[in-house]
Amino acid sequence: MSVVAATDTVERPAPPRRRWTGTRIAGTILVTLWALAIAGLALYLVQSWNPELFDRYAGRYWSGLIVTLQLVFLSIILGAILSIPIAWGRMTKRRIPNALAYAYVYFFRGTPLIAQTFLIYYGLGSFRPQLETVGLWSFFRDAWNCALFAFTLNTAAYQAEILRGAVESVGRGQWEGAASLGLSRLQTLRLVIAPQALIVALRPYGNEIILMIKGSAIVAIITVYDLMGETRRAYSRSFDFQTYLYAALIYLAIVETLRNIIEWVEKRVTRHLKR
Amino acid sequence: MDAALNLLSFGPEGWGDDIASGVLVTVGLALATLPFGLVLGFFVAVMKQAQEPSMRLAGNIYTTIFRGLPELLTLFLIFYGAQLGLQQITAFIGTETTIEINAFAAGMVALGIMFSSYASEVFLAAFRVIPRGQYEGAYAVGLSHNRTMRLVVLPQLIRIALPGLGNLWLILLKDTALVSVIGLSDILRQTGVAARVTKEPFLFFGLACLLYLVLAILSSFVFSAIERWAEKSGGTR
Repeated sequence: MSVVAATDTVERPAPPRRRWTGTRIAGTILVTLWALAIAGLALYLVQSWNPELFDRYAGRYWSGLIVTLQLVFLSIILGAILSIPIAWGRMTKRRIPNALAYAYVYFFRGTPLIAQTFLIYYGLGSFRPQLETVGLWSFFRDAWNCALFAFTLNTAAYQAEILRGAVESVGRGQWEGAASLGLSRLQTLRLVIAPQALIVALRPYGNEIILMIKGSAIVAIITVYDLMGETRRAYSRSFDFQTYLYAALIYLAIVETLRNIIEWVEKRVTRHLKR
Repeated sequence: MDAALNLLSFGPEGWGDDIASGVLVTVGLALATLPFGLVLGFFVAVMKQAQEPSMRLAGNIYTTIFRGLPELLTLFLIFYGAQLGLQQITAFIGTETTIEINAFAAGMVALGIMFSSYASEVFLAAFRVIPRGQYEGAYAVGLSHNRTMRLVVLPQLIRIALPGLGNLWLILLKDTALVSVIGLSDILRQTGVAARVTKEPFLFFGLACLLYLVLAILSSFVFSAIERWAEKSGGTR
């Protein structure tokens, strides 16, 4: 008995002492610099804390945040719906739909989102008489609608590529196996391909949502008062730099939260693949 | 149609020359940002794959912050922040002046920081592909750590990272459009001015989109040429 106890408490050699190498010194200096910068910013925010400013703008920031989230949420959903026919067009062997889908994706991925938004918001003004006869002018007159429209078209192009990549990542054998079991193409897509493809698509989809949240800041330029728009307005009235810092903190918090949620979901849905 | 062509001509009535100068500014800004962003991104990647935890932490804070902020907000933070900071410094010295930061410089710094935080991820992924044996082999033939990096790791790293960097270049090219907001006369600003003066917004903003598209197509040609060259110099393996 005592022999077993003796072997239980093996004396391990002490872990080697970490020496102060050049990299360690440099790393410590850099971390210290970061800590100082962050502490400096925090100190600045605390010191220049202005209850009047807060009272005046806190509500507006909140409504701006809601506008940003609504815009992103709606355009992601509408873009997801629109991306399905486009992804089909990219994968089909039929000449015309394939060329159209390719051109669509190339255009929207090859040009800046801000230029697309300008093209829709300002550019459609050139077609005012035509739009008025169709009765769409009242829709495109509003900056928010134009932003939603531009973002939907843009994210549809990106989501179509994500969808295509995910579906093509599932091996051909899966299609053949399902066909040999007598499943129709739609059934195969729904029951066999989609569950496997969505795991692949999860991370790119998450990144796309984050990119849209960040990209949505540009609607401030076409006079939509989203979080960025409210920030710009607050800055132009108060000339107080902390308005931008608070916006930065809010954006950072949203993006980090989303990133962690996506990571958690990915861990959940790939549990069966872990050993 | 003739009226539209007249508007786009290079003559005194046309906007062609103004827009062409805008194209030069856009390309110039993207090209000026590239080396700065690449070098910074490489060093951040080296930091993030270091053995030293404090080094990794410093690199991770950098990418977390600059990948989490909207591009436009980063630009404003740097543009107005630098302006205010410099004003406070000059006020401290004793001269009260209003300082205007050059939009090109602010754009270059902001885009370079954003580019580097994404490029560091690309480099980091490439670092992980290179097997340990490459380092061990280099040490075994007596190369120092720095020479191993420069002569053995870097050439392979660049080849592996090229496709990812190509994507980042396209993103950079598109993000330059944001700098027009702080007053840089790039494609988007020049076409915007033309659109306002001539009241032909669809023509000019459509042209802006087409110009960005042409730039993207041209860069994809250049990139496939570089990739072919890198493949060739890679030798047989």
